[in-house]
Amino acid sequence: MNDFHSVTIDRTRCKGCINCMKRCPTEAIRVRDGKATIISERCIDCGECIRICQNRAKKSNYDDFSMLENYKWKIAMPAPSFYGQFAGVGDINVILTALKQIGFDAVFEVSRAAELVTHLTRRNFERIRSSHRGPVISSACSAVVRLIRVRYPALCGYVLPVNEPFHLAAQMAREEAMAATGLSPADIGIFFISPCPAKVTSAHAPIGIEDSFVTGVFSASDIYIRMQRVIGKIEKPEPLMQSGIVGINWATSGGEAAGLMTDNYLSADGMENVVRVLEEIEDGKLNDIEFVELNACPGGCVGGVLNVANPFVARSRIKTLRKYLPVSQNRLDSSDNSHMFWEQALHYEAVYKLDDDLTEAMNKMKKIAAIEAALPGLDCGSCGAPSCRALAEDVVRGTAKESDCVVKFRDQLELLSRTGVDLSSVLPAPFRHGPGGNTEEER
Amino acid sequence: MSEPIRITYEVDGEDFMSAGTASTDMKRVLRQLGLDSEIIRRAAIAMYEGEINMVIHAHGGVAEVAIYEDRIEMNLIDHGPGIPDVELAMSAGYSTAAENIRELGFGAGMGLPNMKKYTDEMTIETEVGKGTTVRMVVRTV
Repeated sequence: MNDFHSVTIDRTRCKGCINCMKRCPTEAIRVRDGKATIISERCIDCGECIRICQNRAKKSNYDDFSMLENYKWKIAMPAPSFYGQFAGVGDINVILTALKQIGFDAVFEVSRAAELVTHLTRRNFERIRSSHRGPVISSACSAVVRLIRVRYPALCGYVLPVNEPFHLAAQMAREEAMAATGLSPADIGIFFISPCPAKVTSAHAPIGIEDSFVTGVFSASDIYIRMQRVIGKIEKPEPLMQSGIVGINWATSGGEAAGLMTDNYLSADGMENVVRVLEEIEDGKLNDIEFVELNACPGGCVGGVLNVANPFVARSRIKTLRKYLPVSQNRLDSSDNSHMFWEQALHYEAVYKLDDDLTEAMNKMKKIAAIEAALPGLDCGSCGAPSCRALAEDVVRGTAKESDCVVKFRDQLELLSRTGVDLSSVLPAPFRHGPGGNTEEER
Repeated sequence: MSEPIRITYEVDGEDFMSAGTASTDMKRVLRQLGLDSEIIRRAAIAMYEGEINMVIHAHGGVAEVAIYEDRIEMNLIDHGPGIPDVELAMSAGYSTAAENIRELGFGAGMGLPNMKKYTDEMTIETEVGKGTTVRMVVRTV
């Protein structure tokens, strides 16, 4: 497993608060020595921690714009959600033209590839659906696919085994550029403009394919800022737009599903809702639904943490922008489409497994239960683990101590104070008994 | 053979939203033990159906899970109305769920049949007016 991660911590900014740790859907964050740390194998790069951090200590690493200089022919690949970032722009061609004015030689819309993925899904739907019992789960959200990979072993086979549109777009862009310019692949730089860290990670450590044709990934906000000086001055936009409503719709939750031939679908967005739906699929509760589209970010890709606009505003703008577009401008022809499918099946990563040996794993599980029973059950996070249960697991895994629990620590201090040392005056209020502490009067 | 891991879940009656919590937690434990995904899936479905049954018909109950090295035992114990005709209750599509519950999408009459289908052993002890105990076993080796 390639362990590249886009999400990292700026230790100088991190204050060691527990907000990100409590928010993380895979319990990948611990606070150690006053700073948040990420357990790499658990992180799915969803960006929830970036969204919640008030100190801007969580960030997404992406490529530097100067990377363009290394290529003779530079192609920008905007995600569909990118179109919703601009106020007062009524024509997608303005956005695409602006991209060509800030240093790119060509544009290739990811929505073009999205339309092909929609067509491919429709064409192969019955075959894919009949390969398992439950609904087909979209593979478009990289964070969701990574979540399934570490948390839902039984659902790995439910995921649509088709490449994310931006990978496919990169492949198409490369072929188009080679034919148009006669340049060699080494001279062609293909740059994806990403709404989220999960797709940055997916470009560098793809799932389902060995390598991506994406050269580099920029953040939507970085490119947005660069476009500000040109976008207001475009009077005659070039007719660059080559996709339609079906492709643009992928920007928002439910958009991919709406392009399929079935009404029997479900779409959910926001990490907590995604988790709830996945649990229900695993319990066999949603077997009558044909397709499930899940987006980790609220509202879909427009809610990605690398975007600029409020997701609800972006969604409204996209609704306006797509109004007079053709339904779709990209369809599969009769040629071989095998390159659109994953080369490798999604493989479960057992990152939470306690031990390879079942007897030993069972022993550890019993120890965890015993330790957890002795913890206060407040899930306060002060020990640096997201819950009492997680602390118990960390103790058994050997990465924490029971005495990391502040409530237990308080009890020990209290015992000490009874030996004659008066500690009550130096303890903070929540830990104090008697006057100024947990007294009757204060209740 | 060593002692099993024992976990007890209280299943709240008449609270549809909480049905599935026992199944969700059990799945997490089984994953951490490194059990096969198909086994986890089967146990989870059986547990989930059992939880729903206890919510719909018995005002809740208790789910006792015991995980052995070679099997998962799930005992669902309630003090509800009991099942007058077990054979009838076991037939696919038969349901005594009230209309308001069916409107919520439950009560399709597949609970007990699914529990049987996804487990290796299932026995039902029931007494009308006293309650029902469903014992299920999923073998892991």
